[in-house]
Amino acid sequence: MIRSLPSNRSYSFGFGLYIVLFYLFLFAPLLVTCVLAFNDSDFPALPWKGFTLDWFTAETRDRVGIFRDQANLTSIWVSFQTAFFVSLLSLVVGTMGAFLFEQERFRFREGLYFLALAPLVIPGVILGISILLTANGAGLLLEERFGLDVELLRPSFWLVVLGQFSFITTFVLLVVSARLKKFDTSLEEAALNLGAGRLQVIWLIVLPFLRPALIGAGAVAFLMSFENFNTTLFLVGSDTTLPVNLYLQVRDGSTPVINAISFLLIIGTSLMALLSLFFRRR
Amino acid sequence: MSRGGRLGLYLFLVPVLLWLLLLIVIPHIDLLVMSFRGEDDLGEPVWTLANYINFFGDSIYWLTFARTAVYALLVTFLTFVVTFPVAFYITKVARVRYGGLLLILLLMPFWVSELVRVYGWMILLRESGVINHFLLSLGLLDRPVEFLYNDATMIMGLVYTSMLFMAVPLISSLEGMDDSLIEAAHDLGASRFTIFFRVVIPYIAPGITSGSIVVFMLTLGNYLTPNLLGGKNSLWFTEQIYNEFIASFNWNQGAAFGFLLLLLSSAFIWIGLKLSRQTLGRTLT
Repeated sequence: MIRSLPSNRSYSFGFGLYIVLFYLFLFAPLLVTCVLAFNDSDFPALPWKGFTLDWFTAETRDRVGIFRDQANLTSIWVSFQTAFFVSLLSLVVGTMGAFLFEQERFRFREGLYFLALAPLVIPGVILGISILLTANGAGLLLEERFGLDVELLRPSFWLVVLGQFSFITTFVLLVVSARLKKFDTSLEEAALNLGAGRLQVIWLIVLPFLRPALIGAGAVAFLMSFENFNTTLFLVGSDTTLPVNLYLQVRDGSTPVINAISFLLIIGTSLMALLSLFFRRR
Repeated sequence: MSRGGRLGLYLFLVPVLLWLLLLIVIPHIDLLVMSFRGEDDLGEPVWTLANYINFFGDSIYWLTFARTAVYALLVTFLTFVVTFPVAFYITKVARVRYGGLLLILLLMPFWVSELVRVYGWMILLRESGVINHFLLSLGLLDRPVEFLYNDATMIMGLVYTSMLFMAVPLISSLEGMDDSLIEAAHDLGASRFTIFFRVVIPYIAPGITSGSIVVFMLTLGNYLTPNLLGGKNSLWFTEQIYNEFIASFNWNQGAAFGFLLLLLSSAFIWIGLKLSRQTLGRTLT
């Protein structure tokens, strides 16, 4: 049954077999995607026709590898920029929210806290369309009243940033709050007794204490933004992010270049995951 | 206790209020308002119930809605059934070090974009896919079969995408459970099924609730997986919303659909929280 109890052979064997099958199920699609990125065939399918790096580096009439594929490279760059701004913004506002809800007492605190958690349980598609509606409404109003044309309010890079920020901030808030709860307030009291101001205490004592949580939340916020699809789909303008761009390609048929991009993403995110684990251990 | 007086409070309150008002509260009010707007015969904007009447009047809409709700429930249940043994194995059965490794392996695929994972399933399952290739060369099939674009594959894909969000709360609940509870039940002669239903399940009920809420919400709101694996006849309600917004450009109708989906998702979460006597704050942390 469990470690400390004796168990019969068939139970252990059956359980072990299930675990093996589960991990096979878990990794099969990723492994196949990676392997076929190196197949010397024009379609991402078997049979194996030999090893090639064409889908990464080639620049012939039939084959353009990812490193030469301007459209995909641009969308990767757009996703990087989006993720950078989203993680920065949500880290700042999420941390402020953690201070607000953990350390301040004010009226309607419970209600506001509930509202701050809501974005994580609102389907991403709904967030996308409702922000699109509001931005569009505000844009029309400004144009009619003042003749202003605000790019931010049309589907665009910054609208995507705002849309992703709207729910990733809640995630940051939860992670930072969890760490802030463990903060020993006597440290803060000591600093206040010695004449430090509130902001000095936060900057010199509380933020360094929060650092692991801030790094962890920042990394996950970056990844959440980088791979967001549902909310982005409705807010994206001419600067398509990588997931939206890949979706359009996958929907219309596929080439091994998509495998090559997937391979790079899998390697990149695995490295990031290992790094964050390494930091957490220390 | 409030520290640092008013200044500190406002410094933190203002950005948080701006975030919640401008990006959450006002957009959702707009969504609700838009869903009750429409045009009369002369093209003038008016208040109307037409968008909701359309929803209930046309069976394709409400059938898709009901279908999405039922399938999302099924996916939530299946996700629990598939991940529970793994969570149990990692926390209670495997040797401690080995369990840590299995946990890292379990989390890793979910750091990769959902699109990449769905794409992986597409090249495995399609007519010219890898699985067909193996079945043909083993002589199990005479000609390739299309495994994509049906409900079973779509549900499998949704379960695959959701597993992490069930596994993490289950594992943390199981980690908090003292092994001696199971040992005591075993010593008193309880069978495995009794231990499972009478000891383990009640103990990890809060974890099951958290996992189910998140999985249900994400499945209901998923667009990518039903769209790419489900094909034409597997309509998912988010696809209807997308069609109204992007293809038909009927934002009022789309807003009504969006609001109905939001209502369904919130109702399920509320019921889940009431049944397990939890609050949203405790469930998410």
